[in-house]
Amino acid sequence: MKLTKIFYLIKEGVKSIFTHGFMSFACVLVILACLLIMGNFALLSLNIDHNIKQLESQNEILAFVDENLSLEDAKAIGPRLRTLDNVLDVQFVTREEAMESFISKYDDEEMFSDLTPGTFRNRYLVFLEDLSRMETTRDDIEQVEGIAEVSASLEVSRGFILVRNVVTIVSVALILILFVISIFIMQNTIKLATFSRREEIAIMKMVGAGNAFIRWPFIIQGLVLGMLGGVIAFLLQMGIYEVLTRRIAASSLAMMVEVLPFNTLMYPLLGVFLGLGLLVGTFGSSIAIRNYLKV
Amino acid sequence: MVHLSDVSMTYKAGTHAADHLSMDIQDGEFVFLVGQSGSGKTTIIKLLTGEVRADEGEIEVNGFDLRTIRRRNLPALRRTLGVIFQDFRLISNKTVYENVAFAMHVIGASRHEIRERVPYVLKLVGLEGREKRLPQELSGGEQQRVAIARALVNSPSLIIADEPTGNLDPARSLELMLLLHKINELGTTVLVVTHEKELVNAFSKRVITLEEGRVASDGTGGYYGHEAD
Ligand SMILES: Nc1ncnc2c1ncn2[C@@H]1O[C@H](COP(=O)(O)OP(=O)(O)OP(=O)(O)O)[C@@H](O)[C@H]1O
Ligand SMILES: [Mg+2]
Repeated sequence: MKLTKIFYLIKEGVKSIFTHGFMSFACVLVILACLLIMGNFALLSLNIDHNIKQLESQNEILAFVDENLSLEDAKAIGPRLRTLDNVLDVQFVTREEAMESFISKYDDEEMFSDLTPGTFRNRYLVFLEDLSRMETTRDDIEQVEGIAEVSASLEVSRGFILVRNVVTIVSVALILILFVISIFIMQNTIKLATFSRREEIAIMKMVGAGNAFIRWPFIIQGLVLGMLGGVIAFLLQMGIYEVLTRRIAASSLAMMVEVLPFNTLMYPLLGVFLGLGLLVGTFGSSIAIRNYLKV
Repeated sequence: MVHLSDVSMTYKAGTHAADHLSMDIQDGEFVFLVGQSGSGKTTIIKLLTGEVRADEGEIEVNGFDLRTIRRRNLPALRRTLGVIFQDFRLISNKTVYENVAFAMHVIGASRHEIRERVPYVLKLVGLEGREKRLPQELSGGEQQRVAIARALVNSPSLIIADEPTGNLDPARSLELMLLLHKINELGTTVLVVTHEKELVNAFSKRVITLEEGRVASDGTGGYYGHEAD
């Protein structure tokens, strides 16, 4: 294609955004609304997932050290535990510390006045990277020399994993449904926009315009509108997220939940919004005009 | 060159718009196509441009066989034609200048060629000073002249005009006919559909008369004698 023609087609595409101003506005609005609904939902489920993970990480394995080992020897086990697969961190707790934390859990300290540290054992708190592999890791810890007994609350971790799986499945399903609905709505908006231009397309064809000549301005228009929708959606999403984050921080919820900072989500979100906007804009418009090219 | 042989075409609604119709137009000819309203004149033009397809018969236009032409080759055929439609078919959100220029962009003309040729053709049809207007800001006759300018701009080898004088006053009509005549003398084949007897009879040209989708008469001499029109 000649340069003159390429410039003309790009110019035509950009110009038609303005000559069909209302339809352009409607398209951007629809893309915007669909992206925002999906975006808010996706961010919500990411935060739920994050908070469940936070809770999970507090679910540690207790590894009791053999009573016959000296304090020195007991402490020496730590590095060996740390090298185990799936172990995030270990924390050594002496029998004295264990007793104190045990007693402090109860109001009535008198009741335990005759307790001695000897009743307790030196122990390690072992934190895991992946809770779903708790059982194998527990077995690994049991193999470590000097570890007498391991206590892991498999039921609790299974519960967490179940909750997280359910949340993941539900949110992926909902996002997919929203995605399909969005595509459908956008497709129809674009169809409407092209319908108003079928006359123009028919005239161009009568003068001898090939399909590319008609399609390219459309695709460029879709591309610009899609990108515009994506960028505006991103900016609005940022605003909404900031407002909600501040609200939560100021409320009593702040104690219980941790909101992911927007910075960590920013680039993936922008990428997804831009990508979806572009995809819908270009593919949507080229599919929509297919029917009118057959004259 | 136009060649139609035993062409029949029926619209979905059931009208036999072309009924075993044959005609040949040689390169360089000037032909009037006349006939009552509904006799099938516009249908013939649509058959020649590939807008509708014949049910039977042979159609050949400028070397393209319309029976076998593929859809993707239609643009190539249409670029050899300059068609002036009965209903103008201007793009409503493009200015006069843009309506003419886009036909040159279609064939991949350079910016330089477009800047030279478009004003020239607009002047030829008497539209200088109207370049920036939109079609709805023009009179019917002016819109028709934009359509004519668009048909002329790429110097096609065959010009087909469907009632090009329909919205023009007699002086303008004659002027346009003289313009088409001049273009014909420069070597372009011209096919003009018209109702206007006086205009046809003012020229000594070949006249094909249609009746209910059939050729009723075909002769040179510039006489158009059907009363019904
Ligand atoms: N799209 C269509 N669908 C169905 N019938 C049609 C269609 N277009 C034209 N016809 C019919 O086909 C016949 C020929 O129509 P055509 O337009 O070719 O006539 P014409 O000679 O150009 O008439 P006019 O002088 O009024 O322009 C008419 O009876 C008309 O009603
Ligand atoms: Mg007609």
